[in-house]
Amino acid sequence: MTASAKTETLSWSCEQGIIELELHRAPANEIGSQTLEDLEAFVDALEELKTDAAALIIHSSIAAGFCAGADLRELYHTGKTMDEHDRITGVRRFLNRIHTVLNAIDETPLTTIAAVHGTTFGGGFELALACDLIIADKMARFCFPELRLGLIPGFGGIPRLKRDLGNAVVRDLLLTGRSMNATKAAQVGLVSQLVGEGKALVAARSTARQILKFDRGTSAAAKRFVKPIPHAELREEIDIFCDLFSRPAVDAGLRKFVESEDPYPYLP
Amino acid sequence: MADTQQIIDEIQKLAAEHFKVAPDHVAPDDDFFQKLGIDSLQALELLTRLENHFNIELPDYEMQGVVDFRTLADRISQRM
Repeated sequence: MTASAKTETLSWSCEQGIIELELHRAPANEIGSQTLEDLEAFVDALEELKTDAAALIIHSSIAAGFCAGADLRELYHTGKTMDEHDRITGVRRFLNRIHTVLNAIDETPLTTIAAVHGTTFGGGFELALACDLIIADKMARFCFPELRLGLIPGFGGIPRLKRDLGNAVVRDLLLTGRSMNATKAAQVGLVSQLVGEGKALVAARSTARQILKFDRGTSAAAKRFVKPIPHAELREEIDIFCDLFSRPAVDAGLRKFVESEDPYPYLP
Repeated sequence: MADTQQIIDEIQKLAAEHFKVAPDHVAPDDDFFQKLGIDSLQALELLTRLENHFNIELPDYEMQGVVDFRTLADRISQRM
């Protein structure tokens, strides 16, 4: 069976038991309200798609990378039109919605693979962390740059990275805001397969074909056993994020980013 | 350990290859953002390529404020 759909920011297809979700919003797949809406549509469709599939691959067709994270320009400009109460309420609503999406991807019985290249920052990194496996080409970079905005990652990144890796790696990425290349990410266990430039999707498809050989119920049971969803920490993360979001440092950080002529606006 | 001039030469060669310009298009004191017409995400591509080539980690906060190949070579040599 073949099923496919295309929205403004992404497209998906299901063929021979493998679902592929492609991100294609220029310039760098920033996650704003439209991407969120499209991801929600995908998660709705996934309910039916998953009956014919065993694996899900998430990848990007944008040259800059997998995903640069939340759409900070939209966040800044939308927030400017609201009073403080509405800004925080709006952010909490957005976070609740993106958490619903990422939790659905995290706990789907399918085996999920993020095939990443280039910039995999902030919310993009968090999307990859919701998947079971990360396959990266050697030009991929991972980063939690949120502290430069006076925030913590808000799409579930800290609880999911803590689940998968040692806390020292979480602290390194979170507290320095530095980006980590794919070679190092493979060394610390974040990346399961490191491949040549432009080969992540090819490797992900090969891995998905291997997954197809297994009994789906057994794979789902194994996944439930080894990959618990850290619900309590995910909810706590939203609370901390919203507390921090009300501080003036955040508005200053967002303004600095949006209005910056610094050649390195993505760097902390 | 490679000397600074050798590192500069290697950086320029890598940058020229990555951004598809002639090797003699870039010079050690060029502003590589302007000369190569690149943005911050493309600068990160260059950083990744340099880390892979020199087998080092260069935290991107050490790149902040660096716009020319010579200073970039200094930063790299401090990590080798």
